[in-house]
Amino acid sequence: MKVIVDLELCQDHGQCVIAAPEVFRMDENSKLVYDADPDESMRRYVEDAVDVCPLQAITIED
Amino acid sequence: MVVAGAGLGGLRAAEQLRAQGFTGEITVVGDEPYPPYNRPPLSKEALLSSGDAVRAAELAASLAFRPRAAAGDVRWRLGRTVVAADLTARSITLDDGEVLGWGALVVATGLRPRRLPQTAPARGRHTIRTAADAAGLRHEVRPGVRVVVVGGGFVGCEAAATLAALGCAVSVVEPLPVPMVRGVGHRVGAALLEHHRAAGVQFVTGTGVSRLIGGRPGHPDADRVRGVVLDDGRTLDADLVVESVGSQATVEWLDGNGLDLTDGVVCDNHLRVEGRADVVAVGDVARFPNPRFDSVPRRVEHWCIPGETARRAAGTLIAHLNGTALPDASFAPLPSFWSDQFGLRLQSFGAPGLADRVEVLEGELGQLPAGVAVGCHRGGEVVGVILINIPPARHPGYRSLLSSAATPAAQLL
Repeated sequence: MKVIVDLELCQDHGQCVIAAPEVFRMDENSKLVYDADPDESMRRYVEDAVDVCPLQAITIED
Repeated sequence: MVVAGAGLGGLRAAEQLRAQGFTGEITVVGDEPYPPYNRPPLSKEALLSSGDAVRAAELAASLAFRPRAAAGDVRWRLGRTVVAADLTARSITLDDGEVLGWGALVVATGLRPRRLPQTAPARGRHTIRTAADAAGLRHEVRPGVRVVVVGGGFVGCEAAATLAALGCAVSVVEPLPVPMVRGVGHRVGAALLEHHRAAGVQFVTGTGVSRLIGGRPGHPDADRVRGVVLDDGRTLDADLVVESVGSQATVEWLDGNGLDLTDGVVCDNHLRVEGRADVVAVGDVARFPNPRFDSVPRRVEHWCIPGETARRAAGTLIAHLNGTALPDASFAPLPSFWSDQFGLRLQSFGAPGLADRVEVLEGELGQLPAGVAVGCHRGGEVVGVILINIPPARHPGYRSLLSSAATPAAQLL
């Protein structure tokens, strides 16, 4: 599973961090960092992150 | 399966039904002509960045959600309004007379803005709920235009900030002493009021609007708003009026089925409408108990609720259709929303509106841009946190105050 975040769109709301904390986190400078190739077992949580992103900036490429 | 309502809740319900294994036909009916789109930007960046010739269709397309692939075979009936339902015969009726039968129904018809009671003058008056609303407002906005925003809730204050950024002269009329008081309480509301005033928005608080003034009778602009008269007798000139006086649930189509429709649709914790196994409600319209707080059913107009209620409700319907047991774990979503106003990013977690006391955890209310965190207490528990310009890296720490204090669901059920 490939995860892509459009960082031009991202406004650091952090909703993805709530939905999938093992894949998305905010670094100490409050910039989003994420695992672009997470384990398949994370799919459900990443799908939730895609859904809740206020900017709809996250996509999953299979 | 019929989903009444094609907003975020209706879309997520259709997706979740597929994700959880429903293979039958799904029809989603929505009164707007556009596929589901993202509404929060309509009072913020989408209103700000659109040109004054923007068309509603363009705006809706630019904000459209990307549905999950699994929902690709959903049948959309867009631009059609549900006008009646018969829960005994299991059918709904659309505005063109078509009757759709269903084995299970998802109620997701959401909200529409309340309006001021006066019907005339009719022109120059706006609400902000749909892409058409936002486009209609944007068409009339020019630098120097005088706007009176009636109602200082979140939508009103966001609109005020956006319209001021577009060069309008903006006044907000709010009957309570401070804006956004139901969402953030008095102290934070008062701090936000000062921030708005410093940014150039005029606030008239503690008074409502008694009537609207139109143009001179017989004049071509007779039916166009020229000003508002306040309850205290003062008059404000206005070229435009934005009515942000709350919303009402769209539930009239359910009349005649013996349901309590006083404020949305009453559900249990499984989102079943008054105990019916084959009818669920999702999103803004669903009035459900959240054991995170107490056992009182409430509607929650927050960003994450359509998605979370859709997942829960889809599971409820699928268990019913398969004849399997409902999940016994309770449903206790964490409400969250955000608001952007004049360089402030406000984020709320939990239910600050239930609090009887707030406590500043970090920063100073007089210095909002520098970052303020507020804990909202009800008795001995933290029921909400409000974070203003707090870096997201520190949000989890503040959210954990909340979840650790939430009453365990098992004690309430």
